[in-house]
Amino acid sequence: MISFDFMAVLAEWPLLLKGLAWTLGLTLIATPLGLIIATLGAWSRASGPVWLRRVLGAYVELLRNTPFIVQLFFVFFGLPALGVKLSPEAASLIAMTLNLGAYGTEILRAGIQATPRGQWEAAQSLALSPVQVFLRVVLPPAFQRVWPAMTSQIIIVMLGSAVCGQISTEELSYAANLIQSRNFRAFEAFIIATLCYLALSIAARHLLMWAGPRFIFGRRSS
Amino acid sequence: MIEFTLWDIVRNLLLALRWTVALSAIAFIGGGLVGGLLLTLRLGLGNGTRRAIGWYVQLFQGTPLLMQLFLAYFGLALLGLEVSAWTAAALALTLYTSAYLVEIWRGCVDAVPKGQWEAARSLAMSFGEQLRHVILPQAVKLAIAPTVGFLVQVIKGTALASVIGFIELTKAGSMIANASFKPFLVFGCVALLYFALCFPISLYAQHLEGKLHAR
Repeated sequence: MISFDFMAVLAEWPLLLKGLAWTLGLTLIATPLGLIIATLGAWSRASGPVWLRRVLGAYVELLRNTPFIVQLFFVFFGLPALGVKLSPEAASLIAMTLNLGAYGTEILRAGIQATPRGQWEAAQSLALSPVQVFLRVVLPPAFQRVWPAMTSQIIIVMLGSAVCGQISTEELSYAANLIQSRNFRAFEAFIIATLCYLALSIAARHLLMWAGPRFIFGRRSS
Repeated sequence: MIEFTLWDIVRNLLLALRWTVALSAIAFIGGGLVGGLLLTLRLGLGNGTRRAIGWYVQLFQGTPLLMQLFLAYFGLALLGLEVSAWTAAALALTLYTSAYLVEIWRGCVDAVPKGQWEAARSLAMSFGEQLRHVILPQAVKLAIAPTVGFLVQVIKGTALASVIGFIELTKAGSMIANASFKPFLVFGCVALLYFALCFPISLYAQHLEGKLHAR
């Protein structure tokens, strides 16, 4: 007969809480940074010089066609060979940000492409500078159009951060591993961690869908 | 101490690439079969099934694949089964793939106009006949491009099997990096091999999608 002991895992709640805090914290920092890269990337791909478009195209395709865990290992184990020594947390953050930046660039580019050419021209004819045209006219509706896809991508990056425990970043999956190494309740520990991730992803979706129209692309009446 | 030349590294990685490909194929085919079964159940049965499958999809899409792998590994052991990393990885990746594919395919079936179902029913076709002769031929056309695109996610997903000790490309890379003290070179090669595998598939998926929109 299989017996479960979830209390043995829940008794270690301070570890779980710390893991949750790290997962949330990494996501909270990587998200705005990734969105900034995505915005710069999408702008350059729409109106930058040809060489820059090529470089960005290579960046996007390289990151989208390799596993996140390999990107993380490359940053954490590979870069020190070039003299760049990183803490596990810094390596995790860099890998998450670059990953979200690449997917975000591609998502946002699709949103910008869907903006009618006439809107760029109308804004230019009002003597707005190129930066103003992009930030005030092109970007907000593009973000609005792709926000559901961007939300999904942010959640994918958050869930992907479970891998960061493998380089001993003390996030949620690391906490679960630590707990099961103490009390040998592996299945229970991972069930509880998985439920935490599920709750996080549901909460994040609601939060982002709520926050998007208010803080990212705004109601453009004022 | 053994010296690793570039060829030694690449050759060993290429040998390990076989297992990445094999695991991807198992997960993709297995996931396709389970996904197809779930889709048929969803179309044929009532609201209860629909809701249950919705939860199934949410469960797999809302949790990390890494946790799913751990749960398969330790869960099977709990049932008293002798589990290898192979079995656990194949099981977890199959279920993961099925959850995504059933959601993709559901969208494609929903995109077939309702009138097509009604027209088929008015010809006195049974449910199976409606599906086989009228709905699926139209839905499959829509489904091919996103399904091929998802194959890239499956291939990248197999990299996580390295964490439970399955020796595929990523795990082989870690082992060689530890032995050769050349992590930059090794993980660079690992990334390039994944890229060589995934990028053509991505391009093909984009090409298929372009053709679909052009019609």
